[in-house]
Amino acid sequence: MTLDEFVKAFAAEFDDTPEETFKADTRYKELDEWGSLIALSIISMVDDEMDKRVTGADLRNCSTIEELFNLVESK
Amino acid sequence: MARNEERLNETLSKMEGEGHVIHKADLCSSEDLNILVESLPVIDGVVLCAGIIKTMPVKNITEDAMTEIFNANILGDIKICSRLLKKKKFSHGGSVVFISSVSTFNVKVGNSLYSATKGAVNSFAKAMALEVSKQNMRVNCIQPGFVPSSILSSGAIEEDEFLKFYAERHPLGFGNPSDIANGCIYLLSDASRWVTGSIFTIDGGYTLQ
Repeated sequence: MTLDEFVKAFAAEFDDTPEETFKADTRYKELDEWGSLIALSIISMVDDEMDKRVTGADLRNCSTIEELFNLVESK
Repeated sequence: MARNEERLNETLSKMEGEGHVIHKADLCSSEDLNILVESLPVIDGVVLCAGIIKTMPVKNITEDAMTEIFNANILGDIKICSRLLKKKKFSHGGSVVFISSVSTFNVKVGNSLYSATKGAVNSFAKAMALEVSKQNMRVNCIQPGFVPSSILSSGAIEEDEFLKFYAERHPLGFGNPSDIANGCIYLLSDASRWVTGSIFTIDGGYTLQ
């Protein structure tokens, strides 16, 4: 999965935030819709789409979508 | 009986007295179950406590996740009970104890599959209790609160966060496996001879508030 594809997949887990809001450098925890349910959705998406496991701590430790992507890729 | 031989041996080494045996078998494998049931003598009781967790929002549930968790948490229990009854492996007055969970009614975001399977355990136990009552058999459930166990180290749950969250919500603190085992001993013994189809919450007060 490329970074662009990851950003799209990340955006797809949100219901109310417009897709165009999401860029590689989006600080996702600052989005109004961000919360525990979205975090679980991201964890599931990464598991399903990339066959990698991220944790809640990983999501907390990263700031931008790109940072998260790089972390997932490094696993 | 369990899949993990190392943990079976660990449990066996902690048991007092003689005559204990372990069986390595996968509750989800029909072949393993057939071999296991054939090899068993007539038994007075069984505690069914297999369980896995799959944490994911409803919209992310996959066929694989559903199949895996339902197989492990309820279908295996049903299969083994059915086979034990069919092969007349329960003694008259035998006792079956299922371990479900307070998550059947105390639900959490992302845990719909787990709650659904454990709710199914409670319902199945009640229906089975009615069905086998003519054989003087009893069937009951224990729904525990949080008991730290190896299910945490499976990686399904983020351990530190989980422990902190639940530590604050158990008035009597965390339970340990022996707190649940003591409930099983009661339900397996004649002390509970008039108890069937019941669902016991053993949770250190977790669901009080």
